[in-house]
This record gives sequence, C-alpha cells and structure tokens, in this order.
Amino acid sequence: MEYLIIIISAIFVSNIVLAQFLGICPFLGVSGKISTSVGMSGAVLFVMTIATIATWLIQTYILVPFGITFLQTISFILVIASLVQMVEIILKKISPPLYQALGIFLPLITTNCAVLGVALLTVSRNYNLMEGVVFAVASALGFGLAMLLFAGIREHLDLMEVPKGMRGVPIALVTAGILALAFMGFTGLV
Amino acid sequence: MNQWKNFSKGFIKDNPVFVLLLGLCPTLAVTSSAINGLGMGLATMFVLVCSNMVISLIKNLIPDKVRIPSFIVIIASFVTIVELIMEGFAPALFEALGIFIPLIVVNCIVLGRAEGFASKQSFISSLIDGLGMGLGFAFALTLLGAVREALGNGSIFGYKFIEGDAILVFILSPGAFIVLGYLIALLNRFKKTT
Repeated sequence: MEYLIIIISAIFVSNIVLAQFLGICPFLGVSGKISTSVGMSGAVLFVMTIATIATWLIQTYILVPFGITFLQTISFILVIASLVQMVEIILKKISPPLYQALGIFLPLITTNCAVLGVALLTVSRNYNLMEGVVFAVASALGFGLAMLLFAGIREHLDLMEVPKGMRGVPIALVTAGILALAFMGFTGLV
Repeated sequence: MNQWKNFSKGFIKDNPVFVLLLGLCPTLAVTSSAINGLGMGLATMFVLVCSNMVISLIKNLIPDKVRIPSFIVIIASFVTIVELIMEGFAPALFEALGIFIPLIVVNCIVLGRAEGFASKQSFISSLIDGLGMGLGFAFALTLLGAVREALGNGSIFGYKFIEGDAILVFILSPGAFIVLGYLIALLNRFKKTT
C-alpha cells in the first residue's frame, strides 16, 4: 500500500517534470519527436534507478557513519557521472542493440538534474532502499509520461499557425504550462 | 574582445535564461516570489564567478580527457560552500530553495560557461564573463519571480499592493511555464522590431 502511494504520487500528483521542475532541459530539448523521447525516457529510467541505489548506499554506509554529509553534493554528482560512463561502456559490450537505442542519450543524462534530484529527494525523505527504488522507477515513469504527452502535442504543434514571436520555445513552454495545469487535477488523489 | 561587451552580453543578447535557455529547472522552480528568484540568482552567480575564475587559472594543468569531471568537482565544491553559508546566514531562504541549491551543480549554465568560455580564455575575461552571465541569470530570475508574485499574490518583494486574493495559479507550477513562455515571446518580439 505504501509503495502504491509512492508510485501514484511520483507519477501523477507531484510529477517530476511538471510539478517539481526537474529535468526540464531534456524535456524541452529532445521532445520534438515521439521516437527520441521514448529513447530518452528509457535511458533516464535505467540510470535513475541505478543512481538512486548507488547514492543511497553511499549515503547510508559512508556519509552518515563518518559524519561527512556535507560532502553529499560532491560525492553524489561524481558517483552519477562515473556511473553513467560505466553504464555506457558496459552496455556497449553486453547489449549493442540497447546501446544503439540509448547510446546518444546517456552522456546527456549526467547533467540531467532529475537524476541527482531524485537521489537527493530519496535521501532527504528518509526512504529505505526498497522505497527509494520504487520512488526512482515511478519518477522515471512520470518523466516518460510527461515527455511522451508533450512530444505528441509538439508534433501536432508543428503543423499549426503560430504567431511569429511565439514560435519554437515560447509556445512549447505555454503548452507545458497547460499540461501542468491538467496534471494539477490529480492533486488530492493521495 | 572588448571587456564591456563581454560583460554586457549576458544581460540581453546572450541572456542565459531568455536566449540561451540554460538552467531552466531552477528558473522555473524557485521563482514563486521575487526574493526567492533573487536569492537563487545570486547563489548561482557566486558559483559561476568562482568556478570561472578557478577554471581559467588551472586550465593548463588539467589534462583534456578528464576536464569535465574536474570541472564538476570544482563547481560542486563552490556549491557546497554556498550551501553551508546559506544554511548558516539565511536559513529561511535555504529552506525555501531546498533541493535546488545542491542542484546548482547540474545547472547547465555553470558547466556551459566553464567548458565553453573559462577553459579557453584569460583570468580577467572569465571573471567578467562570469559576472555578466551571473547578473543576467539573477536579473532573469528576479524578473520572472516579480511577475509571478505580482500576478499570483498581488505583491512584489513581499509588499502587497492588492488586497485579497490574486490569480493563485501563477505561483503554482503551471504559472511558471506560462509566464516564462510569454516573457520569451515578448523578448523575441522586441528583438524583431529593433
């Protein structure tokens, strides 16, 4: 039951992109087409889950026992950056098709604040490891959902007559705003 | 390059938020009031200036292959400094900005300037670039925060000028996207006419 609440709140109620503003750069950057946004969401799901496990272990077994939690920011970002590199190398060796699908998105993820953000949120909310994993997966799914919806809308938007000044990013942002408005309808669900 | 041009480009021509569209996550998330926007802008500016300075000084010592991780470590150190200072001296602001203070590390604008500017230019140019870009960022966040606070709460910097309720949605998350969208559209329009 607890897991269900975490899942629903992470996907719908406080959606990571539309309510918490994490991962806006890829959200606006690679949401032009549905196919690329699927690839990006897959890569985020993958990295976010592994990164949350790794950072949770570091926080619980290294930073807290030694009383050096002020090093949290530095250690987390280093772990995530090296993790992304490692995942890239391993994927290339083990599963070339998966690497082909996710490859170009992986380097972009290091600077995706959603990954670091979820890792920090997991720690600050005192989740245990299992809850952390559930939260990370659900957040990534929420990211994917927002991304797919947005990409679908943007593909239609390309065919519309948009006023000159609004073309490109401004109309995309206003669209995202309306999408966020729709997601606010989920408030109070849990 | 002319140093004044170098300084002023961050304001309008290459404004990190309105033109380059970098660092949008904190831009959208913390600008529910003008003072939060200003605080976040100044914190980012501090990190930007310091990391630009340090990176331009040691750019010749860092091997090319490990330059991105080294930049990240330098940036993360300054972010930690900001975190500790803010927690000590402005606890209310620290509380309000929350997770977005450590997230300055992954703010694309800081790494972007480090990689794109400070790693190639002299110390003075990098310092001025950091100042200009940082001010431009702080300006954009304060403007966005002020507009949202005025529409959503009827106040600016906490001074209320409308009695009663205002349009609450502008303080909530959809308002951030919509206001930024229209501000950019306005700027585009302004640029076309001049």
